Amino acid sequence: MHISLNSSNIIFGWLLNFMPATAVGIIEMVLIALAYLTLFAVLGLYLVLMERKVAAWFQLRIGPNRVGFQGLLQTMADALKLVSKELTGTVKADKFLYNLAPYFVIISSLMALAVFPFTKNLQAFDINIGIFFLIAISSVGVIGILLGGWSSNNKFALIGAMRSGVQTISYELSIGLSLLTMILITGSLQLSEIIEVQKNGWLILQGHIPAIIAFMIYMIAGTAETNRAPFDMAEAESELGAGFHTEYSGMKFAYFFLAEFINMFIIAAIATTVFFGGWLSPFGITESIPWLGIFWFLAKTFVLVFLMMWFRWTFPRLRIDQLLTLEWKYLLPINLVNIVIMAVIVWLNLTIQY
Amino acid sequence: MTNVELQKHIDNWFTDPGAVKLEFSEEGSQFLNISIHPDYLHELMWSLKHNKETHLDYLFCLTGVDWGKELGVVYHLESTLHRHSLVVRANVEDRENPVLDSVQDIWATANFHEREVYDFFGIKFNNHPNLKRLFLTDDWEGFPLRKDYVDEVNMVVK
Amino acid sequence: METTIVNNDFKSEEYFINMGPQHPATHGVLRLLLTIDGEIIKKVEPDLGYIHRSIEKMCERDSYQQIVHLTDRMDYLSSHINNEAVCLAVENALQLEIPERVKVIRTIIDELTRIASHTLWWGVMGMDVGALTTYFYGFRDRELINDIFEETCGARLTMNYNIPGGLMYDIHPNFVKRVKSFIAHFKTKLPEYDSLLTGNVIFQKRTKGVGILTKADAISFGASGPVGRGSGYSCDVRKHHPYSALDKVPFNEALQTEGDSFARYLVRIQEMWESMSIIEQLIDNIPEGDYNVPTNAVIKLPKGEFYQRVETARGELGVYIISTGTKNPYRLKFRSPGFSNLSLLNHIAVGGKIGDLVATMATLDLVIPDIDR
Repeated sequence: MHISLNSSNIIFGWLLNFMPATAVGIIEMVLIALAYLTLFAVLGLYLVLMERKVAAWFQLRIGPNRVGFQGLLQTMADALKLVSKELTGTVKADKFLYNLAPYFVIISSLMALAVFPFTKNLQAFDINIGIFFLIAISSVGVIGILLGGWSSNNKFALIGAMRSGVQTISYELSIGLSLLTMILITGSLQLSEIIEVQKNGWLILQGHIPAIIAFMIYMIAGTAETNRAPFDMAEAESELGAGFHTEYSGMKFAYFFLAEFINMFIIAAIATTVFFGGWLSPFGITESIPWLGIFWFLAKTFVLVFLMMWFRWTFPRLRIDQLLTLEWKYLLPINLVNIVIMAVIVWLNLTIQY
Repeated sequence: MTNVELQKHIDNWFTDPGAVKLEFSEEGSQFLNISIHPDYLHELMWSLKHNKETHLDYLFCLTGVDWGKELGVVYHLESTLHRHSLVVRANVEDRENPVLDSVQDIWATANFHEREVYDFFGIKFNNHPNLKRLFLTDDWEGFPLRKDYVDEVNMVVK
Repeated sequence: METTIVNNDFKSEEYFINMGPQHPATHGVLRLLLTIDGEIIKKVEPDLGYIHRSIEKMCERDSYQQIVHLTDRMDYLSSHINNEAVCLAVENALQLEIPERVKVIRTIIDELTRIASHTLWWGVMGMDVGALTTYFYGFRDRELINDIFEETCGARLTMNYNIPGGLMYDIHPNFVKRVKSFIAHFKTKLPEYDSLLTGNVIFQKRTKGVGILTKADAISFGASGPVGRGSGYSCDVRKHHPYSALDKVPFNEALQTEGDSFARYLVRIQEMWESMSIIEQLIDNIPEGDYNVPTNAVIKLPKGEFYQRVETARGELGVYIISTGTKNPYRLKFRSPGFSNLSLLNHIAVGGKIGDLVATMATLDLVIPDIDR
């Protein structure tokens, strides 16, 4: 655990005076976990609000504007409603797996949140296999979707779950390969080091053409990975009712729902870190004020989140076979060629740096 | 073709129009009406569609009617090529077990329309692949659009 | 309810799924019994009657004025055209001479109804293929038409504006002005529809080559309206059996020959342009005169049979009245367009994916009360 913000160091240093180091370590971990949980909840709720506002903007509407100033408390009220709702389910559901599934989804997205460097110092968990960890964790979520769809004993849910499985397995490849393309430049999987490299120009600039291709592939695959339109095959309201979470209600449904938004944030945050220099300010304009990094990080991330929302509210949904065609016949070959091009560029030192 | 030509043309198909009860009429209707004995219905219909002169390939309406004593089906036909129309009727007297030949092999649209007629009038259609209730439930008793149908609960008669 | 599912020819990989009666894609209470192998549709069997009100039986006890009011509960999106069908049948039977003014107003409102219905369809079509935004764009423009209707006849959906003999009241003084401003507005907005959905690659991939209906099949299945015309089958009742003022207005019949979902989509978009052109030709020349001709309080049709065909937004609506000379019809049959169009769903959906079924069904533009009557 590396939270080396000065204030926290002072607190933990003070605690060490009259407590064994193990106990302080545990307290530290619990506090950080709580902080991240809070962040997670607030982030999820406000991403939902943002989506609703964006959707309204695209759809000639105003969106939520009654609860709180400009509807700022709307999603809070929704969350309260969901908490108070009855948890219904099918009689013949596999109860254990049915109840387990939402936690798989929510915990996997929560774990991924841990590794992001919000600023130079604000990072809960800086491991040297950061990118690898993120890719691995993001595939765990699909197990929750598969379990949820299978155990709820509903055919629509099952179709949704199987679609989700197929989709995630396919698009995982593209995510991995497009990030791999960028790792050829950085030479490291550690997120903090990836950002260090970008002090000489964001990677999307350094890697120029192959980096832009990799970014586009990453965004397409990332949208698919989060099961959002135009790749929302797993839910596909007009085809499957609600897909894998048809039989979930109340907070269990909310877990799926929130996880979708957190996943969207994670996909955008990875893109920010790998392509757009994470917390680095453009051309180092605010380098002297390190805490502004969190502003730059969130600003870049939310621009990308907005991009994904833009996709969602303008594109129709693909069909399942077209989805697979897109991945296996187009994205994957392009990606492989792109890696080779990137390798050549790195080898010949053709990257742009300033 | 005009109605007169149609009538002349179709009249020639049967050697003995009296035996198949082939009758023409234009009274009280904007179309030429042909009525036929149910046994020869399918034969007539097949010719009406496949004969090059008549070419009545569009069955735009299929109506079941309870005529009181008899049950009947009225077929409204149009030719998409020649743009002439024709009405064919076939009546059955047996109210307990009325049977007609299905024309769904000639016009696919008859499949649903005949099921509807079966549902509401109880007219059975020979050679229909899927003759079962369409709107009503399988356990419904009686055929609601018949004139002698009584339902104390659901019908409000003024 | 019905629980027996006659499907003895199940293969071991196939399974059965109930789409509806409460399903977002069935637009109402239609139940489809699907036999599916993985994602591939093997059989579609519609189960109808969830909203059957037996309008035909009710008509047998009602007077002709009352029957008109029942008809806008059938295809509620083309209620005015449904009303008109019955009125025309009655007027023809009575051999009433209808004032030109009535004919023109009826035709203008018919075409407005058609545009309103098609904009709603367009919104729902987009939603069925996953583009939720279209819905609001469609409703934005439909709302303006509904406002015009509301001002003239007090109702937005089930209008009851027609009566046998003409119209219930004269048009509102603002009618002409508002219709003109709507046409001017919609001319700028209809290209927006194309840029939002028609040109979208995903949308074209989803609809092109999907749910193909050949011309021969379209005729055999009794397809009408945009469904038939998407297959190159010229079946516009307005062209072949013109009624009201349609015989005086030149317009093109929207035809596409591909027969797939995209062709049916294009036909409807094109029809909106044609409807606008019909309205534009008529709106400036609404003749002066009476807005109805008086009829007896009790209408008795002469003995005989009367058939009236009109083109609703969904296709050909037939009203078949058998009269014995009393104040009620002896038998009244509605030949509804949706009923025939639904019957071909199994034919064109088999072999496609679940997503294809939804897209295909959207282009059939089914209104369930119209099918169930």
